[in-house]
Amino acid sequence: MKDLSDAFIIASKDILTEIRNREVLSSVVVFAVLVIIIFNFAFGSSERAAGLVAPGILWATFAFAGILAFNRSFVMEKEEDCIEGLMTAPISREAIYLGKFFGNTFFILLVQLIVIPVFSLLFNINFFNLELLAITILATLGFSSTGTLFAAMAVNTRARELVLPILFFPIVSPVIIGAVNASALVLEGQSFAAINQWIGILVAFDAIFIVASYLIFSFIIEE
Amino acid sequence: MKNSIEVTNLCRNFGSFEALKNVSLVARPNETLAIFGHNGAGKTTLLKILSTVMKATSGNVLYGGLDMQKDPEKILSNIGVISHRSFLYSSLTALDNLTFYARLYSVPDRNVRIKHLLTAMGLRTRMYDKVGTFSRGMQQRLSIARALLHDPGIILMDEPESGLDNKASETLWQLLNEKKRTIILTHHNLERGYAVANRFIILARGSVFFAPDNKCPLAELEAAYSASLEVA
Repeated sequence: MKDLSDAFIIASKDILTEIRNREVLSSVVVFAVLVIIIFNFAFGSSERAAGLVAPGILWATFAFAGILAFNRSFVMEKEEDCIEGLMTAPISREAIYLGKFFGNTFFILLVQLIVIPVFSLLFNINFFNLELLAITILATLGFSSTGTLFAAMAVNTRARELVLPILFFPIVSPVIIGAVNASALVLEGQSFAAINQWIGILVAFDAIFIVASYLIFSFIIEE
Repeated sequence: MKNSIEVTNLCRNFGSFEALKNVSLVARPNETLAIFGHNGAGKTTLLKILSTVMKATSGNVLYGGLDMQKDPEKILSNIGVISHRSFLYSSLTALDNLTFYARLYSVPDRNVRIKHLLTAMGLRTRMYDKVGTFSRGMQQRLSIARALLHDPGIILMDEPESGLDNKASETLWQLLNEKKRTIILTHHNLERGYAVANRFIILARGSVFFAPDNKCPLAELEAAYSASLEVA
């Protein structure tokens, strides 16, 4: 319980930093919207094109946009060794992970809240239904749990902007594949039963990576 | 009375390089222990291990008889760390930073405590300004306020006076002396470190080179420091 309350303190600090700075959200949203506009020009907004490529475009965009947010979340802890300030506070290392995970999840969901309406408009797709909401939340948890862990690893390397995508994308590919396939089935008008297996994969991935990341985080941040 | 900190046979390796070699020392309750040593002697590594930021390769550290593996939160809530770096978020204001750390340390009456420290460090009028706009000295003063927020009984300081003017140094020691504390510090200035400490240790190439039981004359300390250079 204390881990959770400490994590919320850290996450609220991250959100306050973003409110004061407006650095991550604006750049990530601009990047995501630009990518979607470029693909919209490339593929058009016909029903056929939307059904074929739109889910892939959307989730690939969120995965790349997530990289920007994850990187920034630990870069701010590295400046002035703030991570050491957290490590010397009477909180567990796991609470630090949860705090960064909550903060990153919040930012990605916020980006999605802004980008998905633009995406729906450009590709002429109704993305607002319960199944797609469930897929979005599950996929975001998967991105965020792995992205937070690997960002903590990458921040101590010299080429961190390069290291994070190299670590992140191979591991997170089941989430991207699951989210793309499940979204495509929902857009085709399939029932919830049809997307069950993909939802199952997303749930399993989230459970495994949230627990595993929580447990191994302390080994990653200790020098 | 138990020693505030008791270090036994501490070793830390970075690959094949031995940064600390069988370092043993004690910090007695309410004393100020100064650690001297030339560049690369292992002072910062030792403080990082004592502040739990870094793990030792081998050896043991007890804090008031308590083991960090068993009582980490109890131990950490009684330690304050002042480092080369400020541990402050440049995008947040001075007040935001102190409020954040006060919440993490569960400081009672945190607003009163924060304003007391900001006033003492001469930063009350800048509390709503972002830390990124502060000079190095102001950041160091705010960093001291951050470390003293929870009124810790043990203070670990790595070159605490670097970037501080004389008045700020005086204020630092006034605040530290508000209550009895055990202080371990590193200092680049032998005379200044001698003036503020009760006892000294000189490290050379990761080992304890000189560790008198009580405060020795300054000349003896200077002679030992010069001799340690030959080892280094």
